[in-house]
Amino acid sequence: MNEKISIRDLKFYYGNALALKGINIPLYANKVTAFIGPSGCGKSTLLRVLNRMYDLYPNQHAEGEVLFDGRNILDPGVDLNLLRARIGMVFQKPTPFPMTIYDNIAFGLKLYESLSKSELDGRVEHALKRAALWNEVKDKLNANGLSLSGGQQQRLCIARTVAIKPEVILFDEPCSALDPISTAKIEELIDELKHDYTIAIVTHNMQQAARVSEHTAFMYLGELVEFDETSKIFTAPRDSRTQDYITGRFG
Amino acid sequence: MSLYASRRRSNLTAMALCLLATTIGIVWLFLILFSLLLNGLPHLTFEVFTEMTPPPGETGGGLLNPIFGTLMMTVLGVGIGAPIGILAGTYLAEYGRYSKTTPTIRFINDILLSAPSIIIGLFIYGIVVVPMKNFSALAGSLALAVIVIPVVVRTTEDMLLLVPNTLREAASAMGLPRSHVVWHVAYRAARTGILTGVLLGVARIAGETAPLLFTAFSNNFWSASLMKPIASLPTTINSFINTPDANMKQLAWTGALIVTLAVLALNIVARILGGTKKQS
Repeated sequence: MNEKISIRDLKFYYGNALALKGINIPLYANKVTAFIGPSGCGKSTLLRVLNRMYDLYPNQHAEGEVLFDGRNILDPGVDLNLLRARIGMVFQKPTPFPMTIYDNIAFGLKLYESLSKSELDGRVEHALKRAALWNEVKDKLNANGLSLSGGQQQRLCIARTVAIKPEVILFDEPCSALDPISTAKIEELIDELKHDYTIAIVTHNMQQAARVSEHTAFMYLGELVEFDETSKIFTAPRDSRTQDYITGRFG
Repeated sequence: MSLYASRRRSNLTAMALCLLATTIGIVWLFLILFSLLLNGLPHLTFEVFTEMTPPPGETGGGLLNPIFGTLMMTVLGVGIGAPIGILAGTYLAEYGRYSKTTPTIRFINDILLSAPSIIIGLFIYGIVVVPMKNFSALAGSLALAVIVIPVVVRTTEDMLLLVPNTLREAASAMGLPRSHVVWHVAYRAARTGILTGVLLGVARIAGETAPLLFTAFSNNFWSASLMKPIASLPTTINSFINTPDANMKQLAWTGALIVTLAVLALNIVARILGGTKKQS
């Protein structure tokens, strides 16, 4: 299997506090990798290293290597904006921009490509269809993105991410603020999207990890306890801590 | 039960004291408004807006030149001060948020915010009026701009800090450069708040007298020149109210009413704008 991203001996610091203690994980191309573990185990931190989101804040830094198509994204010379265009991210809380549904998607597109009005319309429609939102919003593209329901807003954010054609999409607990029906829709969507994208998802919901992912990483206290095929993690984990966590004995 | 009764008593006492304090505060405001309306309204005629200020000993006349002067200097002052204030506020909230100098800049800005406006007038007198060797509308506008800047810096920063970081992260996660994140996302989310700040800045300077005394001075005649002294409503009120001339005294009252109503209207508009933001 082709490794799209290889995380090698990654250490991450909040100030002087070590939050990731040397992580080694591959993210395989066109597969879904799930990260599970109790709160504070470092799984969101790990995700935020992959698109260098931590760079927005002072006193946070990473050591080690994160190879993306063979190139270390932790190098100081990496163009962060280009990197983030190639590695998209969907957040825990839906975050539509305070503008119309159409502009929420067109806005990012216009930055990277010079498109005619009709091409732009086509791309917006395509992105909304990919996010399974088109039928619900096609008659109100000029409505404010904030007027949508939570689940719709989250799919709008996915559409927005998909529109700029990234190669990897990072999902940071994308369903934790959504009801079961919206959750099911997003999971279906993730299953669809993996044909074209490499996906990493952080989740607190173990059933969700089992449903959507091919590989699962169990993290605990900033360490990677176990990484394996999802079926193995959930049926025959090697580490007793993984066993305890997935059976609900702690966390 | 006695514990409950005593708490009830102290609650009532505290509430009564609060009500009393509120009433004392509001009573003065209404007394001022009432006396302004009583003295100003009867002579609030069309001529006030179309005729020049009269010389002593005559009847009639209006406040056209001071009204124009106030409008011109307010617009110029805000035109100069608001962009500088918005940019500085943006630096504090966005680019320099984690910089070590930011708290210092904020502190100095707060000092400027509460600086007596006559000091600002004297400062502009020193750096503009003295070298140019005459009072001018330009100097008046600059003095007003210096007063507007800290007001706008503060509100811009506050409003931008209210924009949730998740929104900035979401925009950055799409690969948007910082400038786009600020311009298209943060400004858009904070737009009404920033506009409210600018309007409050306008309201603040529209009634300022002290900074104009040494800068724009005053002028009994029509002037639209930036380089000449110019009349303004507050300075005209200040000089007319001190004359023994009944007609001029009357115009001062009318002018005071106009300034007050204008500032009141600006504050109400700013409130409405700020209010709609909270609801959405």
